[in-house]
Amino acid sequence: MSAEVLRLKIDLKLGDFALSVDEAVSAAGVTAVFGPSGSGKSSLLRAIAGFETPQAGCVSLGSETWFDGERRIAKPPHARPVGFLFQDARLFSHLDVAGNLAFAECRSRSASDSFEAEELIDILDLAALLNRRVEHLSGGERQRVALARTLLTRPKLLLLDEPLSALDQARKSEILPYLDRAQARFDIPTLYVSHDLDEVAHIADRVLVLAGGQVAMQGGTFEVFERLDLILPDGFDDRGVLVEGRVIDHDARLHVTHVDIGGDVLTMPRAEHLQVGAKVRLRIRARDVAVATRRPDAISIRNVLAGKLIDLKPTDRLAEVDVRIRLRGSEVKATLTQAAVQELALAPGMDVWALVKSVRLAVT
Amino acid sequence: MPDLSPVWLSVALAAITTMLLLVIGTPLAWWLSQTRSRLRPVIEAVTALPLVLPPTVLGFYLLILLSPTSAFGGFWIDLTGDTLTFSFTGLVLASIIYSLPFMVQPLVSAFEANGRNVMEAAASLRASPLDAFFRVAVPLSARGFVTAMVLTFTHTLGEFGVVLMVGGNIPGETRVVSIAIYEHVETLQYADAHMLSAGLLTFALLVLVAVYALNRRSAVRVG
Repeated sequence: MSAEVLRLKIDLKLGDFALSVDEAVSAAGVTAVFGPSGSGKSSLLRAIAGFETPQAGCVSLGSETWFDGERRIAKPPHARPVGFLFQDARLFSHLDVAGNLAFAECRSRSASDSFEAEELIDILDLAALLNRRVEHLSGGERQRVALARTLLTRPKLLLLDEPLSALDQARKSEILPYLDRAQARFDIPTLYVSHDLDEVAHIADRVLVLAGGQVAMQGGTFEVFERLDLILPDGFDDRGVLVEGRVIDHDARLHVTHVDIGGDVLTMPRAEHLQVGAKVRLRIRARDVAVATRRPDAISIRNVLAGKLIDLKPTDRLAEVDVRIRLRGSEVKATLTQAAVQELALAPGMDVWALVKSVRLAVT
Repeated sequence: MPDLSPVWLSVALAAITTMLLLVIGTPLAWWLSQTRSRLRPVIEAVTALPLVLPPTVLGFYLLILLSPTSAFGGFWIDLTGDTLTFSFTGLVLASIIYSLPFMVQPLVSAFEANGRNVMEAAASLRASPLDAFFRVAVPLSARGFVTAMVLTFTHTLGEFGVVLMVGGNIPGETRVVSIAIYEHVETLQYADAHMLSAGLLTFALLVLVAVYALNRRSAVRVG
């Protein structure tokens, strides 16, 4: 089954802010909508759901048109087969958890035999919460109930508006596996708004980058991460690379996990929940990589990888230079000072050692 | 023992007024809570007028509006054969006007407190606006409804000036409790005045205690 196309041609003015998007997005898997706050991510989602009406444009999924400025079509939000997960969950406080789920269940008109509510409750581990009042739920539990409630409308398109941003780090890592499981089972095309690169790296198949109300780039997650530093401000400390690896083993004695990234082995703090052989995505920030021209022999950094320097690029910060280093099967970037580059006489083509101070698992 | 028929007449008037105002006031309050129209402050001001106008002013204009010689009063006579002034029906109409803010204002506050967010959530779950109103906005505003209905009922029960202007003092038709008390005092029947006044005072106090207690309990549960 080939994926439908989500056509987004939206001109939306809200006060001083203008969103102007003309993009076709493949409606399959997870597309992250990434950008700094105020870049129009939420407005884009709200326009798709029908909560905002664009001044002009056209919004359609496959052959279904939800908005067309010229033909004067504007389906109201409740008539669009879209599931919307709000940042603040927005559960109904006059109903308990079961009541919230039933509210969605009894209004879903589309192919409701696609899955049973029981299965969803099972996948999201909600059985124990069903009789709870919503004000007695934790933030993570609320978001899980809200996700279930949204999925029960059997949407053709799922819109997640920073669903994790109200949660602390521990809660986030509690929710992400549920999102993964729901995604794996129901496979509903999803737009996932986030300003957190870790979340994006973890969940997205494709990324749509918004900046100042316009699309700065769209593409596969790895490809976008590759080019992300072209559009992110240089001061943005999260610049770096995203690499895919495979878990080799866990070392219980030293509390580390070894991951193979295209022939090189990275050592990282033990992540026992990952199965040996599992595919993982790792983010290596340019700030966490140092460069040596000889192999250092007495050093605390565990990840010392041989590679070849590909290029040097000055940044907006005069004192700093970004360099790219080709490893066996992957690449890393490093942000160095101008002074270091001169002293080491770094130039493209040199054999160097990349010293990776820390590796972030894109699951957290 | 005083004649109790004014009590029953007052209760009937208050109950009918509350029911009719529930039907009229709810959509008005909803509109006020949702609209971005520039007309909103004007409509709000008109709705709140009975709070600040002396009852005699309101009663005077209502008397003119309802009198058989006015267009509306004449139309009513053609329609039903009855006059609106000095009749129970006229009292109901007058009560609807002067108790309107007591129904509308608590409802507007309740609807505004819910905010647009829950209505958006309801729409995203395929609920049409009407569906979302009855299944989300109304139950979430339950406290506001109780407050609005109790205030409307008790205020209608206690109104004096407008009733006297529009309804006069006809036993069994327009002679409500407040009028009966006034007449008892005028004719120096203090014992009867005492009984009716004490009854009204006790009733009002009990109702208000109940409302505040209810509000407190729900507030704790919500927070």
